[in-house]
Amino acid sequence: MNINATLLGQVIWFALFVWFCMKFVWPPIIGALTERKQKIADGLNAADRAARDLELAQAKASSNLHEAKEKAAEIIEAANRRANQILDEAKANAKAEGDRLVAKAQAEIEQEINQAREQLRKEVSALALQGAEQVLGAEVNRDAHKQLLEQLAAEL
Amino acid sequence: MADTPTEYIKHHLTNLTYGKVPAGTVRCDGSITQADQWVLARCGEEMNAMGFWAFHVDSLFFSGLMGIVFLGLFLWVARRASAGVPSGFSNFVEVVVEFVDGLVRDTFHGKSKLIAPLALTTFCWVFIMSSIKLLPVDTAWGLQVLFGLEYLKLVPTVDPNITLAMSFSVLFMIIGFAITHKGIGGFIGDLTLHPFEVSNPIGKILFIPINFVLEFVALMAKPVSLGLRLFGNMFAGEFVFILLAAMLGYWQFVGAVPWAIFHLLVIPLQSFIFMILTIVYLSMASEQH
Repeated sequence: MNINATLLGQVIWFALFVWFCMKFVWPPIIGALTERKQKIADGLNAADRAARDLELAQAKASSNLHEAKEKAAEIIEAANRRANQILDEAKANAKAEGDRLVAKAQAEIEQEINQAREQLRKEVSALALQGAEQVLGAEVNRDAHKQLLEQLAAEL
Repeated sequence: MADTPTEYIKHHLTNLTYGKVPAGTVRCDGSITQADQWVLARCGEEMNAMGFWAFHVDSLFFSGLMGIVFLGLFLWVARRASAGVPSGFSNFVEVVVEFVDGLVRDTFHGKSKLIAPLALTTFCWVFIMSSIKLLPVDTAWGLQVLFGLEYLKLVPTVDPNITLAMSFSVLFMIIGFAITHKGIGGFIGDLTLHPFEVSNPIGKILFIPINFVLEFVALMAKPVSLGLRLFGNMFAGEFVFILLAAMLGYWQFVGAVPWAIFHLLVIPLQSFIFMILTIVYLSMASEQH
């Protein structure tokens, strides 16, 4: 249990080791730890921010979706209205065309009836004249009886 | 190897000593030295003849070796330290560093680049030095025979020179911290104007010697208790190991294993106490009353 110069040797060791630790060991390790702490803090902040951003984006997306739905409904409604309008127009057109065609056909029929009647009248007067000639056995002067014949034709 | 248990224990507690034997000393083999000589002591008489100028080669060697082991491991980690993901041994080292850093931050309120590495070094170094104790005591004997030495003691902290050298280094740092933080006047004031404070100048002067005696004893008690506490605990532990080996021979493990397990608790605790008291003393020295 002697106290001797070992003391001095150990003091030298101690000073040397503490100096070495202070110079080469402590700073890099504690530096890395501090840096890592900062990095983790930054990462956590970024994660929080990202979560907030995501929330905002989701809200925006849902509002966009809602808007789009409304717009689509509007468009569909407008399209329906337009379709109905077109349908009505087409119906009206078709009716008008049909009426016109019917009227035209009737006019034509009328005209043809008149024509036929005219023709018939002429033929009847001729036939009547012929019949009378045969009955009388003589020629009837067309010009002399013209008034009479025309009267007859008009009565038909 | 020694024959009787007493000799066995004594032998195991003797350091390998290198020192100066003065002229006219009777050597162990009976010869008388003609001039001063630096030799490795081969028996107790030579050691006594050496006086102060002797070195415990084994203590210094193993304390240096363990310091290098500690710094080597930590330096290896420090070289690879990065802010990335740590792994394996780095994790362990970083836990230790963070632990010490937290303690220093909690205890020491000033700013100092020295105190945290100092705390880390004392803690780890004392821990590793004391851990050699967990080897069976006759490892020392094996190494001693292997290298052809007369004596060998493995555990540096069982040598009071080692623990007292560290604690007195702490005393120098206490004085240094006190002077840098309060100035020489403040340091002398601390030593002479407490604990008895008197307001009139004559009383103040009268109390200076009394205060000085009290404060000086208090100051010296710090390193002495710090060093002797560690030495005492480690010596007691080692003594029991040696005793068990001396009494039980090969059956020593019956007692030595539980005792070693108990020391798994004692060694970190004593290292921790040594470190925390170092921090506390230094923070006391640097703070105003």
